[in-house]
Amino acid sequence: MSDFLMPSLGADMEAGVLMEWLVKPGDRVERGQIVAVVETQKGAIEIEIFEDGQIQSLEIVPGTEVPVGTVLARLSASDAPVLRSEAVAESAPTLPEAPASAVSDTVSIRAAELEVPAAALAQHSASAERLRISPLARQRARELGLSEAVLAQLTGTGPQGALCLRDIEKAAQTPPGVSPLAPHASPSARQKALELGVDLQKVQGSGPHGLTTAEDVERVVSQHALEKPVQNPMRAAIAAAMSRSKREIPHYYLAHSFDFEPALSWLEALNETLPMEERLVYAVLLVKAVALALKKFPEMNGFWQEGAFVPLEQIDIGLAISLRTGGLVAPALKQTDQKNLKTLMAEFRDLVNRSRGGQLRASEMRGGTITVTNLGEQGVESVFPVIYPPQVAMVGFGTVLERPWVIEGQILPRRVIQVSLAGDHRVSDGHRGAMFLARIEKLLHKPEKLL
Amino acid sequence: MTQAELKELILKTLVSVAPNVDLDEIEADENFRDQFDFDSMDFLNFVTALGKALGREVPPRDTPKLASLEGCLAYFSN
Repeated sequence: MSDFLMPSLGADMEAGVLMEWLVKPGDRVERGQIVAVVETQKGAIEIEIFEDGQIQSLEIVPGTEVPVGTVLARLSASDAPVLRSEAVAESAPTLPEAPASAVSDTVSIRAAELEVPAAALAQHSASAERLRISPLARQRARELGLSEAVLAQLTGTGPQGALCLRDIEKAAQTPPGVSPLAPHASPSARQKALELGVDLQKVQGSGPHGLTTAEDVERVVSQHALEKPVQNPMRAAIAAAMSRSKREIPHYYLAHSFDFEPALSWLEALNETLPMEERLVYAVLLVKAVALALKKFPEMNGFWQEGAFVPLEQIDIGLAISLRTGGLVAPALKQTDQKNLKTLMAEFRDLVNRSRGGQLRASEMRGGTITVTNLGEQGVESVFPVIYPPQVAMVGFGTVLERPWVIEGQILPRRVIQVSLAGDHRVSDGHRGAMFLARIEKLLHKPEKLL
Repeated sequence: MTQAELKELILKTLVSVAPNVDLDEIEADENFRDQFDFDSMDFLNFVTALGKALGREVPPRDTPKLASLEGCLAYFSN
């Protein structure tokens, strides 16, 4: 038997909501077959199965959010006998239609009623955990007619929680009303509760005599799913990506302030000669300088994938763009190093406008091979970026500030900018990172070469 | 163009550049960057659009004068 797990459908995915099952227990499935629909931040996605077999059981009810890696279904080899858990639940006798006297007669009757799901339990626990029980206790349990399913619900007081004789006797003696086998639940409800990990004590029964039914268990699960506070999807996407980044990437940080006056003066002179709609913002210079510097530092441009760094030839600079409604996106300027400033400015403007208008295309949302963040004019000097996985570096620029600067022995007022780097220490080291930042500065000192 | 018409045009242009700005709260002497979180791209888009609407080319050295509603009114009234 093997498990079918909630897959990861993107680097930033931590969990998904199972929306719909397209198969049921007993169905034969083939590798590549679509078996379920899962809702992620990117929308509803059809999920395929990766091996041939037969669906043994479905472990998650639609509407439940589960972390990546959670068992969604159990699968048996194609020729193995199949346990039809739903069919079993439906055909199992629902508790007391019979007169109360027939039921009042203690545990053994309940145990007998539980025989059918017990088979399911045996299948379940074979792969999970063997029941811990002393030989004497097992013998007594057999005499009392307690099934495996019943035993599995008892709390052992022996070594390592093993069931011993006194536990069995206690279970047998407790009156039905307060039996450890209570609450009063139908076999299908017990089966369901076991599958979904629901504590039956907390389920309000709606059946005859307050009997808890499978529907009651399902209702509790779906109510729980509904009551969960819903996070804004943008916030959730950022949370997922940044949590992963801080959890997995050993960041190192470098920062370097330098004289930005040569680049700004050059740009202002250039803008004087251009019609209004063709003027450039200095962020375009920064982005182009980073792109050209990357050519000599391939270890900053690429993805960390499956435990190794994959450098990329193409340089697509992702731009961290803040949205006025909150949150940010990081769409890419494709082949940044190949384009002139005029083209970059037009594409930059287009990306900013469409990001803020909520009109980015899915392909653009994927982001770049590295990301640049520019704090612009908010008056803050330094930024310590958080790498956007699976990228391995992020470059930041602080606000341009006028500062006293020493040039050839003279103190002069200059406009200064700080460039910072967050690097992935699995891929590069501070020494190379420092050289990368120095390269960016050097390129910005000769802005005419960036044109 | 009257002062009132000019003001109307400026406000219209602000909204076209940044659709979610709240014009009810606008303070005439406060700059757009601090009021509306304008960045350099927003501001450049605003100046370009306003210049076009008025048929005026605004040289780069003059653009800082357009940083607030009051500044825009004064600049284009001349």
